[in-house]
Amino acid sequence: MNRRPGFFVYGLLTAFVLGSCAPLYWSFLVGSHSREVLTKRVPPLLPGGHFWDNAQRAFDAVPFWKALGNSLIVSGTVATSVVFFSTLAGFAFAKLTFRGRTPMLVFVVATLAVPTQLGVIPLFIVMAKLGWVGSLWALIVPSLVTAFGVFFMRQYLLDALPDELIDAARVDGCSLFRTFWTVALPAARPAAGILWLFTFMATWTDFFWPLIVLPASNPTVQIALQQLQSGYYVDYSLVLAGATLSTIPLLVLFVLTGRQMVAGIMQGAVKG
Amino acid sequence: MLDAKVSPYLFVSPFFVLFLVVGMFPLGYTAWVSVHQWGLLSGQGDFTGLENYRRVLEDRYFWNALRNTISIFLLSSIPQVLIALALAGLLDTQLRARTLWRMSVLLPFVVAPAAVALIFGNVFGDRYGLANEVITWIGLEPIRWHVDTLASHVAIASMVNWRWTGYNALILLAAMQAVPRDVYESAALDGAGRIRQFTSITVPMIRPTVIFVIITSTIGGLQIFAEPRLFDTQGLGGSDRQYQTLTMYLWELGWRVRDLGMASAVAWLLFLIIVVFALVSLLVSRRAGTLKGHHRRSAPLKGARR
Repeated sequence: MNRRPGFFVYGLLTAFVLGSCAPLYWSFLVGSHSREVLTKRVPPLLPGGHFWDNAQRAFDAVPFWKALGNSLIVSGTVATSVVFFSTLAGFAFAKLTFRGRTPMLVFVVATLAVPTQLGVIPLFIVMAKLGWVGSLWALIVPSLVTAFGVFFMRQYLLDALPDELIDAARVDGCSLFRTFWTVALPAARPAAGILWLFTFMATWTDFFWPLIVLPASNPTVQIALQQLQSGYYVDYSLVLAGATLSTIPLLVLFVLTGRQMVAGIMQGAVKG
Repeated sequence: MLDAKVSPYLFVSPFFVLFLVVGMFPLGYTAWVSVHQWGLLSGQGDFTGLENYRRVLEDRYFWNALRNTISIFLLSSIPQVLIALALAGLLDTQLRARTLWRMSVLLPFVVAPAAVALIFGNVFGDRYGLANEVITWIGLEPIRWHVDTLASHVAIASMVNWRWTGYNALILLAAMQAVPRDVYESAALDGAGRIRQFTSITVPMIRPTVIFVIITSTIGGLQIFAEPRLFDTQGLGGSDRQYQTLTMYLWELGWRVRDLGMASAVAWLLFLIIVVFALVSLLVSRRAGTLKGHHRRSAPLKGARR
């Protein structure tokens, strides 16, 4: 709406943002106090000095660094693969004419909302047959493409890539793949970056499938977190120090690219 | 030219091959597994027809999980959409440091559900939790968040709400910004206040986006797993399974009971439930929108729509 917002709007927004930050601060707060402090009810509202002690205990309790490496490998590979194959297919759907294009595109759109997550049981059976249960392959291979990615890139390239550029490249004798590589891929960069970010985050935060296929000795970050909380007595100084640590990589990513994330969500909403 | 004829298919085929193999085939094969005896370790057994479905439908824990899932879903989706609408309305003003505000509301989205569950599990602790500390400070009785069914659902729903409200607000905000500004000007001339403009113009005009948000949160919300699973250390949904959801029930059948046949039956039932719920929320939100539309036409807001 048009008018400049007053004190009331800023007040409400500030309250909401404080609510958004509070659980993270709480996590750090609990993670920074010693076990002894926490047994005496709720900790004081200022951080204590035990965060690194608690973090150290978390590193001793679970293979945290290995989990971090695994999460990076899986999320990075999956995101890159999704972006590449989506851009390739999205380019064909947006700019090339071929028999069967429309029904194929309808198929992509129709499967957008299908919860493929529910196919975990056969997926597990297949992974077991291939001997991939317990290895990162079981996380990477089933996630190499998404219907959403194809649709997203197609929508973007439809407007962002002028037909004249493709024609010019074709006249110059470029093969279609070379045209894709030198013309479409550069033009797709803004959307590709956004798709990469969101795929990376979705893979990083996934919990259900890694819990099924990965053992305690070869976890992702989310699975390592789950192990911190095992047993009947929960040591929250340890658990929430771990939860805070596990959030830092995505927080860094958020600080660096939050602007693009916001733009991506708002663009996707308009187009989708 | 061969290149022009063949290349398009080469470009789309990696997606289709992979998607069919790892996306659609497992979904279909779930139906095959669900009509067989199928142990996690023993593998495929006899064809048993609908026996697995019968056993699932006769299991009181299935109905329990269904109830819990719907309860948590309603407690998370309804407040979430309402708050996201209000928040988007607040953001759809001429704010200073606009990008900073938008980024701030997205912050919870970067915290993984597993971490959210651990943090909120502590906040909603039965004895030493922050929530109960505040409640007793006000003078009320502490709530047994991990014991009471409804209280546990509220706690779990609050995790979902915390993580997703800002995200959905940004989607709604994008739609709100596409509403032509002069519509508001003529409404203001007709004497409509800010709140009235919001409920009579903004919300009806962004209805498709609201429906989109509702449908996506339905599909995601009914599959909720990490939050209830990590709400306690046992991971089975409480001492009496009072917050065991359908996906948790599927997991328990498949990897605890080791009965993949029965678990597949649950997966298919859950798939159907999601389809039904998505359709119902589509119809309900459409209908609610149409009622609003009638209301608007009869209201003295000429020129509100062009």
